[in-house]
Amino acid sequence: MKRLHGTMGMYASPAAVKAVLLKLQDSGYTHYEVYSPFPDEEIDELLPGKTRINWVVLIAGLCGGAGAYFLQWYAARDYAINVGGRPIHSWPAFIPVTFELTVLTAAIVGVCALFWFTRLPRLDYPTFHDPRFLRASQDRFFVCVRADDPRGSTEQTRQLLQPDAESVEEVYT
Amino acid sequence: MSTPAAGSLEPRREPIIAPDETIATINEKISRIPLQRPNPRFWWIGFGVGFLLLMVLMMAVGWLFIRGVGIWGVNIPVAWGFAIVNFVWWIGIGHAGTFISAILLLLHQTWRTSINRFTEAMTLFAVACAGLFPLLHLGRPQYFYWLLPYPDTMGLWPQFRSPLVWDVFAVSTYATVSLLFWYVGLLPDLATLRDRAPTLAKRRLYGVLAMGWRGDARHWRHYEKLYLLLAGLATPLVLSVHSIVGMDFAVAQLPGWHSAIFPPYFVAGAIYSGFAMVLTLVIPLRAVYGLKGFITDRHLELMAKVLMATGWMVAYGYFSEFFTAWYSNDIYERYVATNRMVGPYAPAFWALIVCNILSPQILWSRRMRRNSLVLFAVAIVVNTGMWLERYVIVITSLHRDFLPSSWGMYHGTIWDWATYLGTFGLFLSLLFLFLRFLPAIAMSEMRNLRLQTEGGAK
Repeated sequence: MKRLHGTMGMYASPAAVKAVLLKLQDSGYTHYEVYSPFPDEEIDELLPGKTRINWVVLIAGLCGGAGAYFLQWYAARDYAINVGGRPIHSWPAFIPVTFELTVLTAAIVGVCALFWFTRLPRLDYPTFHDPRFLRASQDRFFVCVRADDPRGSTEQTRQLLQPDAESVEEVYT
Repeated sequence: MSTPAAGSLEPRREPIIAPDETIATINEKISRIPLQRPNPRFWWIGFGVGFLLLMVLMMAVGWLFIRGVGIWGVNIPVAWGFAIVNFVWWIGIGHAGTFISAILLLLHQTWRTSINRFTEAMTLFAVACAGLFPLLHLGRPQYFYWLLPYPDTMGLWPQFRSPLVWDVFAVSTYATVSLLFWYVGLLPDLATLRDRAPTLAKRRLYGVLAMGWRGDARHWRHYEKLYLLLAGLATPLVLSVHSIVGMDFAVAQLPGWHSAIFPPYFVAGAIYSGFAMVLTLVIPLRAVYGLKGFITDRHLELMAKVLMATGWMVAYGYFSEFFTAWYSNDIYERYVATNRMVGPYAPAFWALIVCNILSPQILWSRRMRRNSLVLFAVAIVVNTGMWLERYVIVITSLHRDFLPSSWGMYHGTIWDWATYLGTFGLFLSLLFLFLRFLPAIAMSEMRNLRLQTEGGAK
């Protein structure tokens, strides 16, 4: 059975989206989605919350580096090669591999974190059912007020989304 | 030349996107290449040549697997022949891609936007070609995994104090991070291709590759941050990779190699040869696919300037090598320097000086920098020169080191050349497949750039 996902307006410019977002926030809406064909700083500033992906990348990098250093330290003892009494724990020679594995771990975990935070891959999503949404990846901006918003996705919502929109339609799952 | 605009301290700049390109034309012109496949004749000829050369590679590698590295010209004392020359050459080419996509991003060089996707692809394919050589050179390539630290039954570990082991980690990290960076950058563009796809099959193909990317503003937030972080990680990475390649030589005791200038000089040389390769590829492609509105003459001029700057750094490297050889007062160092200039490999040495130091000097002239034919010619000459440079470094130091009784000569055999030419086949085949299936310019970044430049004009 088709269920209402929300009411979605299509906009031609980031400026129109910003105007709508301010109105939505003034009226107390919280459950809405914004779609843009490229990242826009000002839209981003209007949305609450922030990303924690930088912390994930930092911690992953530190773990990767520490692990790599430990690996080399362990290997140097496990199969000790004594060259004229030079120290077994020859830390300067361990730096390059430590650095490389820091970067490698940080990058791999960072990309995994991107998919975790965005809940992707998810090939189907209600907004894709709207034929207008083909332009979301090209040249149009969308604001979708979800039906699960406490204020609901009602005729009033449509009024709010309408003024700058090129069109406003209901989106079903 | 550039006059300041009224009321602004910024000099007026030539636009980096042609003014008649809009968001609609950006989408249309870039996605047309994978979706509608214009200019099939050019594509088939290019791919055909690449594929033929790839078959040459297959043959050379097949014969190598049957007969062993004896089919190559390597011997004692010159145990590092073409394999290392080609490895360093290809990986150096790759570095321009990371330089453009990561370092220029951090430096806010917006002109990088129209070439970063393409050059990142170039990086990946160049690294794939580079990676082949050390593996084939192992002699018993089936045991390549001995280079990795794993709990083996022999109780052995890789020698972590050796730059050759650092290289294994550096190159594999570089390849992986470049691939991730490239794929993350591709996600929004794959979504665009999905939404513009004319057939269901293409829609599904790009849909799966795009992983359901829908351009949610909250997703963009994570995405942007990660992209910046990856650029920040790739920046020291690219410097480290070629420094480590330089240390493969510099840590050895051999005269001509044992030099502190090697890591920075190799990095400069890498970026130099990489920009030459970018120009070699971009000049014909922008003409064939009608992308001159995105990759403008200003882009070519800027790349020509990078070419000149890094060319001078390389020239300084050469100077420093000879200066230290003289100043060290070490007979072996001095002999290697003399041997380079007048020994049996002198023609290669002087050719590299002409190619790498003299030829780019023509770019002092602005008219020449904007002439794509001249630039194309210079780029090819520099590519050749950089190959000769590595050849001279590898061969002249090895073939006559300390003991005259152990001196020898080295020449590549037909199988050396076949393997080298064959990697061009691998590179070209991958490049043409990339052009056919993926967007060669980052559309989402171009749309953003277009809007910003419009905003600036208001």
